[in-house]
Parts: sequence; C-alpha cells; structure tokens
Amino acid sequence: MLERLGHTVDFPAGQTCCGQMHWNTGYQAEALPLVPRFVAQFRHAEAVVVPSSSCVAMMRDHYPIMAKEIGDARLIAEVDQLLPRVYEFSEFLTRCLGLTDVGAYYPHRVTYHASCHGLRNLGLADGPLDLLRSVKGINLIEIENMDRCCGFGGTFAVKNADVSSAMLAEKTTAVLNTGAEVCTACDNSCLMGIQGALHRQRTGVRTVHLAEILAGSEEAPR
Amino acid sequence: MSSFNILLDPKTSPTFPIAARAALGDTQLRKNVRHATEVIQNKRARVVGEMPDWQQLRETGKQIRQHTMAHLDFYLEEFERNCTRAGGKVHWARDGEEAKRIATQLVKEHVSPDSPEVIKIKSMTTEEIHLNLALEAAGIRVYETDLAELIIQLGHDQPSHIVVPALHKNRQQIREIFQREMNLPALGEKPQDLADAARRFLREKFLRVDTAVSGANFLIAETGSVTIVESEGNGRMCLTLPDTLITIAGIDKVLPRFVDLEVMLQLLPRSATGERMNPYNSIWTGVRPGDGPRNFHVILMDNARTEVLADAEGRQTLNCIRCGACQNACPVYRQTGGHAYGSVYAGPIGAILTPQLQQLHHAQTLPYASSLCGACYEVCPVKINIPEVLIHLRNKVVKQKGPLNPEAIAMKTMGAIFRSERRFRAAQRLGRIAETPLVRKDGSGEGWIGWLPGLLGGWTQVRDLREMPKETFRDWWEKRSSHGR
Repeated sequence: MLERLGHTVDFPAGQTCCGQMHWNTGYQAEALPLVPRFVAQFRHAEAVVVPSSSCVAMMRDHYPIMAKEIGDARLIAEVDQLLPRVYEFSEFLTRCLGLTDVGAYYPHRVTYHASCHGLRNLGLADGPLDLLRSVKGINLIEIENMDRCCGFGGTFAVKNADVSSAMLAEKTTAVLNTGAEVCTACDNSCLMGIQGALHRQRTGVRTVHLAEILAGSEEAPR
Repeated sequence: MSSFNILLDPKTSPTFPIAARAALGDTQLRKNVRHATEVIQNKRARVVGEMPDWQQLRETGKQIRQHTMAHLDFYLEEFERNCTRAGGKVHWARDGEEAKRIATQLVKEHVSPDSPEVIKIKSMTTEEIHLNLALEAAGIRVYETDLAELIIQLGHDQPSHIVVPALHKNRQQIREIFQREMNLPALGEKPQDLADAARRFLREKFLRVDTAVSGANFLIAETGSVTIVESEGNGRMCLTLPDTLITIAGIDKVLPRFVDLEVMLQLLPRSATGERMNPYNSIWTGVRPGDGPRNFHVILMDNARTEVLADAEGRQTLNCIRCGACQNACPVYRQTGGHAYGSVYAGPIGAILTPQLQQLHHAQTLPYASSLCGACYEVCPVKINIPEVLIHLRNKVVKQKGPLNPEAIAMKTMGAIFRSERRFRAAQRLGRIAETPLVRKDGSGEGWIGWLPGLLGGWTQVRDLREMPKETFRDWWEKRSSHGR
C-alpha cells in the first residue's frame, strides 16, 4: 500500500521488539537495551511507520525517560530527533501525508475497534475511521462501545485470564452484534485476542489489520 | 452469592486473580455493577461535557494537589494552628492503630458510659483502618448514617466503591436487608419505601446520640476548616446535632487556601456523582457557642502516606480526591466490582493506592489488575497518571520477587532474544517447530492452537491461537527483495 502511494519502503532486518511487554510487566531492565537497538535500526529513516498503536505509545511515552535512565547523552539526543518521525500507520497517512482516501477497495462488511493506546495515548481519534470511510466498496458498521478495552492488555491476558476473558466476551458480543464479516483495528495485539475468541466460538468472523484493508485495490481485491 | 462477611484487609485478602474469579461467577453482582457504573458514567459525561474549561480545571486541580504534596508539612502545621485557634483540638496519628486508639479514647471521654454509642458519616479513611471494629470492641455501638453505608452495615457487608459503597446491591437486595435487619417484613420495594424506612431508623439515632465520627473531603490550612460534601443531609445532621464531633482525616486531605475549594468543588461532584454541585456542602471551623458541637477533635492520620510521598513516581497517588470516576470508567472494575481488590480502595485508584499503603508487602497482584487501557487517567479530575504508576509499581514488584521464578526467567530469555537478530530468527524457527504438536487444522485448513501449557494456558481458556505463519513477514520481504520486487 505504501509503495502504491509512491513511497520507498525499507524493512531493517535487525529490528525485533520495542520492549513494551517487558516495560509494562515491570521488567524495566530488560526493556532498556531495546531503545539503542531501535535507534540504530531506524535512525536514517525519513519516517518510521509502525503498524501497532501500542508500540508507538510505548516509544513516545517511555523512550525519552528510558534514554535518560541509560544516561547516554548521545542516545537522549537521538531519541529526541527520531521520535517525531515515528508514526503509527494510520497516523502516518492522515497526519503526515494528509490523506484519507488511499485508493483502496474492500467489498466487505467491516467494523472497527479503537485500540486503547491509539485512542488515548496517541489521540488517533477518528483518523482510522476516516480512512475506512474512504475505502471503495466497504460497508462500515459502527461497533457499540468502540472505545472500551478488549481485555488483551499484554501479560494481563494471562495473569488475569478470567477478567480478561470476561472483557473479551463483551467485545466479541459487540462485534457479532454489528453483523460484520471482518473486525479491524490499528493494533494486532487486540486483534489477536479478538480473533482467538471469534475463532474459538466458530463465528466465521475474521480480524484483519487496517493496513490489509487499505492494501486492497480493484486490481488486486482482498 | 458473594457475601463478604470478612474484612477487606489487604493483609489477609486473596490475590486479585483468585478473588476476581469468584466475583465473575456472581451474575447478579456483575449486573448491578454494570448498571450502576454506566448510569454514573453517563451522568458524569453530561456534566463534564458542558464545561468548556474542564481540561484547564483538571490541570489546575493537579497543580494545587502537586503543590500541596510538595509542602505538606507546612500546610498541615498551618491547619493545626488555625484549627486550634478556632477551638478545635488536633491529634496526630502515625498509623491506623494509633488513630483508632485516639478515636476510641475520645469517644469514651465524651459518651455516656451507660449507653456508649456514636453516629458516623460515610468515611473511607475510617473504613481503611476498620474503625468500627475497634469502637465495637471497646463496647461502643456504631451507627452508619449514610444510606449506602447503612446498607453495608446492616447487610454485614463491605464497601465496594469509594463513593457508592453499596453499588453492588440492587433495590430488591436492599429491601431484603432492611426487612430482616429493621424487622419490617411488610416493607415495600419502591425507592420511597426504602428511603422512608432508613429515615425512620436514622432520625431516632440523630436525636439521641450525642457523639459523631466523620471523615473529611478537604482540610483547609488557611482557615483550619473541614469540608464534607454529601447528597443526603444525614452527614449535616451528624455535623450539627451532636455535642462532640471527631473527624479522622488522612494527612493527604489538606488544601492550602479556602479559594482552592472553587476548583475542587467543581471537579469533585461532577466526577463523583455527575452532579454540578453536591446537595450538601458542609464547611465548619472550630467550635462556636450555641451552634453545633461543643467539642471538636481532628485526628490527622499518616498510615503510610509519608512513605508514598517519599516515592517521586508514586506520590501522585496522594493527589486523589476520592471521586471514584476511575472506578466507574474501569473495564476491569466493571467486570469484578470492588470486593475483588481486597481493600476498601477498589478499582484503578485502589490498584495503586492499596499496595503503596502496604509498602508493597501485601497486595502485590493489584498493580497487575489492569489492562493499562488508560480510561482511568482520562477521567481523573486531578490527572493522576494511573497507568504510569501501575507500571512503576510493577517494576517494584518484579525487583522484590527477584530473578528466580518462571516468569522472570522467561522474561530474561525473551530479553536476550530481542537483543539479537540472530537469536530472534532462531526463536521464530524454533517456535514453529515447538508449536507443531499443538496445532490442529480447522475446517478451512488453517492451523490453530486450542491449548497451551503453563502460564500461557490463560490465553487458551477462551481463545484459540493462530499457528505461526509458514513464511514470516521477514522471510517474505527478503525473498521479494532478492527477486528485485
């Protein structure tokens, strides 16, 4: 999709993880080395596009304090310079490029779940919905309580499996109530949980990342 | 049905995951909690929405609280001077035990020895230290006068919400409690019937009992005044009718100036009950002949607040003005209600306050009782960044537990994998091999995992997990690049 829009895309092979799981679970020491690693992998990019809102929130909210904790003046400066060029995928399209119509075609019934970190930490607001509304052929159905957490929450899903399951049950019920064939979001971790439950219940409803929808075109429909 | 005759004490309560599992099985409780939190949330959203300067108010509220905490010693001493000058008597309590000792002694000094009894205004601080038990152990009868606290007391229950303590009970359940405990078998179920029953029950106590115990919403350093906001007027009765009033307040409740109420009395009612203003706002300063209590005592209680204050990242917890908005907004609290948190402070604020008040010796699962969705931070009227404090406390828990447990070892291993591209690639290959025995094909030929061992088993309790793709994005990308796209 990015190439269709005329951009040159690179995938630095040395990238691994932003450190969110470690940091948010309390393993700060394990997360710290991933900051210089990220900078080393991406420092030359004009824009870093991340298909996960919680990873971007992790970097924006914590990398500056993590760099300070490491105490390397050069790293602090580099994080400072790099972070403004780091975008969540939908944010890159709507805010950096100023686009809502990316020429996508997706002839399916779709509902959108607003992932917590995208909504609250990044302030994505209606950006992803604007992108979806501009997709040709789409039948977009709004979900009830779009902004309510799906219950994933990283290690929360296993540490508090029962509560997480109860939260997820409300979310999948809301998805099913829309009658959509597809549930989308800007965060694969939410989608992994929602998809896992929708599959367990054999609902036939799929989850796909927003990028997959926007990648569809009339020439190569999905 | 969960009936919590046991105390909500973090030292003895089951861990959150265990207690939450029990709560999740109580469908009536969950229905009550969902309904009540939705009603309050909607009311709050309406009255917050009509405030064009809400975000500025929040910021101002935060600044006031931050400033106060930075100079807490100064403002507490100023409060003591001014309250004493106005005829109040100030007592200092290092912890809950000392606060209970002082309160019990004061009550004994003032009540008639023949029928020692006190009336009480709703107070979370006294719930925190289980004051009622101490008073009863000293032979003093205690009457809660807040309607919700009365329901809790008569129902031998525990508060499940800091503003609406009986939120987990519905009208029929309350009627049953009143029928049984007030001996009113024919009591109707209309709100009016229940209110009338409570009124008759309480009026007689208001007229008879001459000693009252209260908490405080705010202490004003500048004037030595104490503030309580409430909805029913029963608190006002407690504050004005008895001869003796004993107020117990955490040292975090102080505000520098009288005008600071201008901000707080906008933030608090809108956030707490979705009202523009509380029906009853009581502010009293010392004693005055012929008007209200003749003896007025304030017990200023630390109970580990100083330790919270000493932690630069955790101290914003003390900025809390006990509105309960975070509880109503929390998707976790919505499922479990308050008792699962094993403390009178439930929900997101409880998840950060309780462990800190225990100095992390107890309640270590509470910092994990959140998906970090941020709904609490969004509604907090003084902008406490609850998710950040949760993460900070998780780090403390991890350090306390040390490196020799399965989770820490798994985390360390994954840390090593994430630090190396070579190891990352190897882990992806290894993962695909390791998962093979667990993968089953579904009807459309896709591979799914329906059962995972150990810690990961929580995932497959209600979810399947898609098998790892035969070709990762990385493989696909590299193949594509080598073919010149």
